[in-house]
Amino acid sequence: MPKITFVQPDGSRQDVEAQTGMTVMEAAKKNLIDGIEAECGGACACATCHVYVDEAWQQAVGKPADMEEDMLDFAFDVREASRLSCQIKVTDELDGLIVAVPDKQF
Amino acid sequence: MVDQTGAVPQGAEQDIETDVVIIGAGPCGLFAVFELGLLDIRAHVIDILDKLGGQCAELYPEKPIYDIPGLPIVTGAKLTDQLLEQIKPFDPVFHLNERIDALEPMADGRFKLVTDDHRSFITKVVVIAAGGGSFTPKRPPLAGIEAYEGNSVFYSVRKMENFTGRDILIVGGGDSALDWTLSLQPIANSITLMHRRDDFRAAPHSVEKMRALVAENKLKLVIGQVKQLHGDNGQLERVTVKPKDGEELDLIANCMLPFFGLTMKLGPIAQWGLNLHENLIPVDTEKFQTSQPGIFAIGDINDYPGKLKLILSGFHEGALMAQAAHRIVYPDRKLKFQYTTSSSNLQKKLGVK
Repeated sequence: MPKITFVQPDGSRQDVEAQTGMTVMEAAKKNLIDGIEAECGGACACATCHVYVDEAWQQAVGKPADMEEDMLDFAFDVREASRLSCQIKVTDELDGLIVAVPDKQF
Repeated sequence: MVDQTGAVPQGAEQDIETDVVIIGAGPCGLFAVFELGLLDIRAHVIDILDKLGGQCAELYPEKPIYDIPGLPIVTGAKLTDQLLEQIKPFDPVFHLNERIDALEPMADGRFKLVTDDHRSFITKVVVIAAGGGSFTPKRPPLAGIEAYEGNSVFYSVRKMENFTGRDILIVGGGDSALDWTLSLQPIANSITLMHRRDDFRAAPHSVEKMRALVAENKLKLVIGQVKQLHGDNGQLERVTVKPKDGEELDLIANCMLPFFGLTMKLGPIAQWGLNLHENLIPVDTEKFQTSQPGIFAIGDINDYPGKLKLILSGFHEGALMAQAAHRIVYPDRKLKFQYTTSSSNLQKKLGVK
């Protein structure tokens, strides 16, 4: 099972086991990660599951699709590394993925 | 088909007297109109959004829902349309863009509700079908922003003239941001539109108009994000921004309009004395009545042992609520259980006989 690390704004890290096929948001919610709200439940409709993908992983994770890019307009402090975690599907290639949670989702 | 502006003309001072007020026009609130209607109870429905359908309309109009009984796949928008079709015979009165701010019991057992627009409803029964609470504009998490709200920071424009001669900063890239940029530009002293990327979701003709104003130097366009607000006593003076390509700089602005979409907040419901538990309203599972007789809660907003936040559960809750509401609205009438398939009485109400 792929491992995902969530880094909180204070630097603390939580490793969770995810299943392939679920989204990074679902892995976060299942493991009660702070700061991932996912108000819309994963419909790419609210931008409250915003994360920053660690630099080493950006290529593997890839860029947001158009709809996600539009939705990122509703997030705060959007950076190059920004993604909505409900739109990142967990695969075996993402085993070890590191994402940071923003200070605030809004 | 439905009177979306309400039965009483805008600006009327009189209280609206009715049997039932439903707070929230999401799927559960809409279906409650049907169940109440079958029992000859007409409802007024109030929603903070400018459209009907609640989360189905605001969050996922295009997303398929797979667990509505009898509809293997239906989008949020389609479900809303179908519900409106279904409740049409009962002619509900909708009041959109309004939020119930106060709810108070009256001496005669009825309730008085007051909206954010200072309109009042007097009703025998209140049905809270408010889902995740009211949709409210997102507040950018900028330090100290609260102090500027209502004076220099606004999330909507109620009166255009309040913006005359001001140095306005509008933040966002959707239709609200673009529409208000275009509307306020002629009356502003100066106006800046800021968005995180040079790509706009807004209607193409608005984007074209905006770009034309930029070319004529009538509008400043900054691609970047807000970092910090500066000012005193709630009066904004300048804003530190980080352009996408470049160093931080200060913009002169005495007024800011951030448009970052909506989020659900519980809102005034918390003040209504309903013994909330973790932002949900506890109800019984016989009538879905709250701790206050006459006030019911159905759909995602309520809580009881075994609660599932499913649209289908909210439909069931609405049906049982209606039975209890009947006893309050028509205390002298005996309620006979009937099926829509066989009752000519119900079929008449539905307009099919």
